[in-house]
Amino acid sequence: MQYIDEYSDRKFAGLIIDRISSLTSKEVSLMEVCGGHTWAIQKYGIPSLLPSNIRLLSGPGCPVCVTSKKYIDKAIAYSRLSNVIITTYGDLIRVPGSSSTLNEEKSKGADIRIIYSILDALQIARKHPEKRIIFLGIGFETTAPASAAGIVNASEEKLTNFFLFSSHKIMPPAMAALIEEGITIDGYIAPGHVSTITGSHIYDDIPAKYGVGCVISGFEPLDILQSIYLLVKQIKENNFRVEIQYRRAVKPEGNIKAQEIMKEVFTLRDDWWRGLGVLENSGLMINEKYCEFDAEKILQVNVEDLIEEKGCICGDILKGLKTPSQCGLFKRQCTPANPIGACMVSNEGACNAFYRFNR
Amino acid sequence: MGKNILLEHGSGGIISLNLIKEMFIKYFDNPVLNKQTDSALLSTESDLISFTTDSYVVDPLFFPGGNIGKLAVCGTVNDLAVSGAIPKFISVSFILEEGFSFEELELIVSSIADEAKKSEVMIVTGDTKVVNRGKCDKLFINTSGIGILNKKYKHISTCDNIIPGDKIIINGTIGDHGMAVMAARDFAGFKTDIKTDCASLNFLIRDVLDANCNVKFIRDATRGGIATILCELTEKMNIGIEIEESAVPVREAVRGMCELLGFDPFYVANEGKVIMITSAEDAERVVEVMRQNEYGADCSVIGEITGNHIGKTILRTTIGGRRIIEMLSGEQLPRIC
Repeated sequence: MQYIDEYSDRKFAGLIIDRISSLTSKEVSLMEVCGGHTWAIQKYGIPSLLPSNIRLLSGPGCPVCVTSKKYIDKAIAYSRLSNVIITTYGDLIRVPGSSSTLNEEKSKGADIRIIYSILDALQIARKHPEKRIIFLGIGFETTAPASAAGIVNASEEKLTNFFLFSSHKIMPPAMAALIEEGITIDGYIAPGHVSTITGSHIYDDIPAKYGVGCVISGFEPLDILQSIYLLVKQIKENNFRVEIQYRRAVKPEGNIKAQEIMKEVFTLRDDWWRGLGVLENSGLMINEKYCEFDAEKILQVNVEDLIEEKGCICGDILKGLKTPSQCGLFKRQCTPANPIGACMVSNEGACNAFYRFNR
Repeated sequence: MGKNILLEHGSGGIISLNLIKEMFIKYFDNPVLNKQTDSALLSTESDLISFTTDSYVVDPLFFPGGNIGKLAVCGTVNDLAVSGAIPKFISVSFILEEGFSFEELELIVSSIADEAKKSEVMIVTGDTKVVNRGKCDKLFINTSGIGILNKKYKHISTCDNIIPGDKIIINGTIGDHGMAVMAARDFAGFKTDIKTDCASLNFLIRDVLDANCNVKFIRDATRGGIATILCELTEKMNIGIEIEESAVPVREAVRGMCELLGFDPFYVANEGKVIMITSAEDAERVVEVMRQNEYGADCSVIGEITGNHIGKTILRTTIGGRRIIEMLSGEQLPRIC
């Protein structure tokens, strides 16, 4: 654990910041697209240390934030079925659906359990053969391999009461879509955990096609500062490429085993992202081979189409077009205790991080 | 007495009386309780008393370094002590679930007795109820306490004397209790050596007050962690607070577990930590006195009161950045006390 101290050394932080300042005085906008980075940047007070010409934007990197209300509504509908246990990562239970949250359903008696690993969900399925266990699979390439492994396990064990409700997404389509929408992004602080799985090549198109650099960053404060330095250096030298700052965890080829298990279980589909709409081939659905574990195929529920909250600008925030403080609901109606938009729910949401650390 | 608690143990009849005699009187043994009057008759040498109450529902009941019984005594003793009072008497009430094991009850009761003895409080009254299986989770405890308060310490609860420049001191590492309970839940197959910091701090606080240090405020940092106390203070007192992150002691294992699970140790519960605010001149002396006590060995000056950014607690982070510490919203960890 010693690395924690070394990676938050105040003297080194000062040196890197001096170098960043000396590289350019031009306006530079850098976007992170990983909730862990959103959180770390606010937690360590990094914006307060950077020169004023370096602007950090939070992109659609928090899985809870980009998930649709319809997904939540459907999860709620599942929780109301008889003999169902919903298993989920914690943040999701507070996300507002159109008329309720999973947390509210839990208080009314729905069996909703917070777990930290899909393995816990499998354990519940083994223990309760009389119940149907639905795991709410959300997240990017980081959590998708675990969900896939869960499905393969369930298949090998011939569990017939375990289902995945997938909202898994992949990151590159969103990164491309943001640039194509015309948002000013001079560089991407590319996600660290996602890249441990995928490797660095998934970002190759971004510099090649759009002339925007990507630096895969770790999560300690010096990691992030060094990544900012590398991006600003690319801009200064007009030499855009994919670099790995987070070398102690990320290999160019990534984690082959995890990639294989994702391929084994999932297939790409078009998916809806808050703020970005439907992006082609950006979501992961369970393929034919494992369709007996697909909650959407096996368990039928009806959910009405809905109207998104008026006044909430989560969509624009996720695109880096606006900051949380520009939202009329921020701090007034929308707070971490009473979130209206999804960006206020998770620790990793831009509004939540901004509210907690930077008001 | 049988192996498990039956509904009859709360009926008020013979079986109840046996439980009282063979369990509670046996362990809590003292002249006031032994009289078994409906109300305990107490006399104190002071006309100013502190009175507090708290309920304990921690899950699991046993965790590394303690159990719900020890927690129930320490919690109430500390609530009294932080007002400047000397804790004297406590009540202990149990709500038991039908079928709860006598063996575990006895372990808990003996911990209560041990901790009461250690912190020199007398258990003078109590109650037992038994509810049907499934109507409560094994065992809940309520304790109330009375302490005597010297008039010269009245300002400690109201914190009226705080001024810019005053120093903020903590008696040791933060986050141990919350993470110990979390690890004891055996989730995600966690193995750690983190123990609860659960302890009665009345003698530590007494040492500091007896040394005539200018102490302006004391609060135990339980649920919501130290962040919650600091935010409450800034909101209530019209002051600003600055905390130096690197001065706040956190055990490596606690920090690692928090990192892994996405918790912030500033919000994680403690059961043996106090925040003290003292005059700038006396801060070093408070630290010296605390260090003599086993519960103050790792104490540290973590920050100060300022006249700037009124209503806000600002943290100077390890790398020198600045950010706000905000009140906890939602539940960080359920049922940790």
